[in-house]
Amino acid sequence: MTVELKSNDFVALADIALRNPDLQRAVGAGTRGGYHKRAQAMYAHSAEHGEFLRQQAAEAKRRALRKLPDLLELAERNLQANGWGVAWAEDAAQANQQLVAIARRHGVETVTKSKSMLSEELGVNHALEAAGLHVIETDLGEYIIQLNKETPSHIVAPVMHKTKAEIRDIFVRELGMPPTDDAEAMVAFARKMLRQDFLSADMGVSGGNFIIAETGSLGLVMNEGNGRLCTTSPRVHVALVGIEKLVETVEDYTALTQVLPRSATGQSLTVYTNILNGPARDEEADGPEHCYVIFVDNGRSQVYATDYAEALACIRCGACQNACPVYRSTGGHAYGWVYGGPIGAVLTPLLVGLENAKPLPHASSLCGSCKQVCPVDIDLPRMLLDLRHEQAQAGAAADGWALGMKFWAIGMTSPRRYALGGRAARAGQALLGDYLPAPLGNWTDYRDFPKFAPKPFRQLWQERAAAKRRGQP
Amino acid sequence: MALPERESPIGKPVSLFVTCIVDMIYPGTGMSVVDILEHVGVTVDFPPAQTCCGQPAFNSGYRAEARAVAQHFFRAFQDAAVIVTPSGSCATMLRHEYPALFRPEEGALYKEAQRIAAITWEFSEFLVEGLGIVNLELQLPQRESFALHDACHGLRGLGLGGAARALLTQLGNADLQELNECEVCCGFGGLFSIKMAEISNAMLQNKVLNIETCPADTIVTGDVSCLTQMNGGLSRQKSAKRVKHLADVLAQGLPRRAP
Repeated sequence: MTVELKSNDFVALADIALRNPDLQRAVGAGTRGGYHKRAQAMYAHSAEHGEFLRQQAAEAKRRALRKLPDLLELAERNLQANGWGVAWAEDAAQANQQLVAIARRHGVETVTKSKSMLSEELGVNHALEAAGLHVIETDLGEYIIQLNKETPSHIVAPVMHKTKAEIRDIFVRELGMPPTDDAEAMVAFARKMLRQDFLSADMGVSGGNFIIAETGSLGLVMNEGNGRLCTTSPRVHVALVGIEKLVETVEDYTALTQVLPRSATGQSLTVYTNILNGPARDEEADGPEHCYVIFVDNGRSQVYATDYAEALACIRCGACQNACPVYRSTGGHAYGWVYGGPIGAVLTPLLVGLENAKPLPHASSLCGSCKQVCPVDIDLPRMLLDLRHEQAQAGAAADGWALGMKFWAIGMTSPRRYALGGRAARAGQALLGDYLPAPLGNWTDYRDFPKFAPKPFRQLWQERAAAKRRGQP
Repeated sequence: MALPERESPIGKPVSLFVTCIVDMIYPGTGMSVVDILEHVGVTVDFPPAQTCCGQPAFNSGYRAEARAVAQHFFRAFQDAAVIVTPSGSCATMLRHEYPALFRPEEGALYKEAQRIAAITWEFSEFLVEGLGIVNLELQLPQRESFALHDACHGLRGLGLGGAARALLTQLGNADLQELNECEVCCGFGGLFSIKMAEISNAMLQNKVLNIETCPADTIVTGDVSCLTQMNGGLSRQKSAKRVKHLADVLAQGLPRRAP
C-alpha cells in the first residue's frame, strides 16, 4: 500500500493511537525493548567506547556528506566498473519508471522485495503492480504489513504496532494458517510461504544501507536472510538507494556497521552483513546476471542545500524512535508519512514541505533523548527548534500564539510589567478557580495547576532584606 | 556538549536567577536555594529587575521575542559575577541558547551572551562542580526515602544527574532509591503540554505510574516546571506521592529548620 501524506492530521491521528490499547501495549514494549538493548550493546565495553563509536560513525557520515557530489561520481564509476548498471532518479515517478523499465527489459514477472524505507517513500509496490508485476515483500514484518494492506510504522520493526495475537489473526485470515499462539510456528509458516516466492522470482528489489564509493559496492545489513535471497537468487537485482547513503571508504563502512546494528537491534553485528559487488562473474556458478543501482534524490538535494543537511546523515536505525517518549505514546503512523518519531518529525517537513507537516516540529517535548541515542549524533532537537522558528517567521503558526508571544515578551522585558502580570495571574486564578480557560485549559483537563504564591519571591526577598537591616535574623 | 572553559566560581558572590515560575509559584524553593548557598558561605544577591530567561518564546520558534527577553536579562544581570539558578532548563537556555541567539557581528550583545553563558550554573552543578562540595553536612530531622527524576534539560543539556545524586547520598537520614525510567521525560515540554496535551498526558501517566510503584516516599528533581507537571498529575490521580525540588529537600536538613 502506498503511504498517503496526512502529517497535518498528526494530533488527531495521535489521539486515535492513544486510544488503541493493543497499539499502546505493542509499541510500549517494542520501543522500550529496543532502547534497552541498544544501550547494552552500545556501551557493552564502556561509556567512553560507545561514545567513541558514535563519534567515529558521525565523522564518517559528515565527511561523506561534505564530499557528496564527488563521491556520487566516484561511486558511479566504480559501480559500473564492477558491472552494476547505474541510474539516477530525481523523484518517485522517475525511480518507478526506471524500475519498471528494468523489469520489462529482462522479461520479469515476479518481484521479491527486501525491506526498504525508500521504496515506501516512492510507492514502489503500487507502481510495479500497476505495471502488471507480482510483488512480494519478504521481510517478515513487511510481509505482514503487505498482507494487512498497511504501511510500516517503524524504521526497523515495520509491524511494531501490532501484538502477536493481531499478527496471528492476519495470518489466519489472509493465508489460512492453522491458528497458533506459538511465535516460532507462525514464523515457520511464513517462511514456508515465502520460500516458494523466492524460488519463482525473476527480480529482487532491495534498498541499500551503504554505497562504498571507493570500491563501488553495496552494503546491506539484515537479520532474516531474505535480503540475501532477494539479491542473489533472482536473475536481476535492483537496489534503490538514496543519494545520501554514500560512504567514502571501507573503513567508514566498518565504522558505520559497528553502530547501525547496535543502535537498531542491540546486536554487535547483524546475522547477515553483506557487501555486494555486482553481477556474477563468468567463473562464478551463481548470483544475479544483472545488477542495478538506482540513486534516488526525491527531495534530498534540496535538503542538502539547507542548514538541515545534517539530517541526511541518518542511517535509519530507528533508535530515536525507540527513545522518543512521543513516539512511544503514538507509534509511527500518527506522523502521517513514511518516517515516524524524531527523525520523521524533521525529515517529513523537509521532504514534503513544512506546510504539509505543520504539527510535526511541535511533536516533541525537546527532551533530547533522540540526539543522545543517535549513532551519528544528529542534533534533532536543534532542527525541530529551527523548523519552529521558520514557521513563526512565516506566520504559519498565526493561531493566536504569535500575538500571545508578543504580549508575553512585552511583559517580560520590564520588571514592573512583569510584577503586574504576576498580580493579574494571581487575581485571575482566584476568579477562575482550578480550571483554566482555553487554550490553557488543555493543561487542567489532565492535571491540577498549583496556586500562585500569595507573595512572590521578590517580595519575600525585600522583606528579608528589610528585616536584616533592622537587625533581625 | 562542549561548553566554554569556565572560571571557578569559588569566593565570588552569587546573583540568584530564581526563574519566573519559582518567583510566582514556588517562592519557598527560592528561599531554600538562598539558605543552602548561605549555609556553604556564599554571599547571595537577587538582581531585582530579573524576569524570565525567554525560553517559552525560544522553544516555540519566536526568536525575536526571545532575544528581547534575553537583552532584558543582560541588563538585569550586568553586574553579576556568577549566576546560579534552580532550574536545569533555564540554565540550558542561558548556557546553550543565548550564545546562539546573537551573532558575532552584534559585538557587545554577542559578548554579553557569551559572558552570561560562561558564568551561569545550575544549583546542584554549582555546589558539586563549581564549589566542589558534595557533603553539605546536613541531616534531615527524620529518615525519608527519595528517588531522583532526572529532568531532561539538566541531564542531556548540561550533563548533570550525578550532582544531585551525590548531594542526596551525603544528606543525613536520606535513603536514596531508584525511580524506574528516571531519565524519561515527564511530558511537560513547555507549550508542548498545551499544544499536544493528549500526548503530554500519556507521557505524564507513564511517569505517574513509575512514581506510584517507586519505593521512595518522595521524588526529587531539579526543575520546578517538570515538578509542576508531575505533581499536577499525581494530585489529579489522588496519589499520596509528591515531587520536591532538590533545594527544598536539602533545606529540610538545615539546623534551624529542624523541628
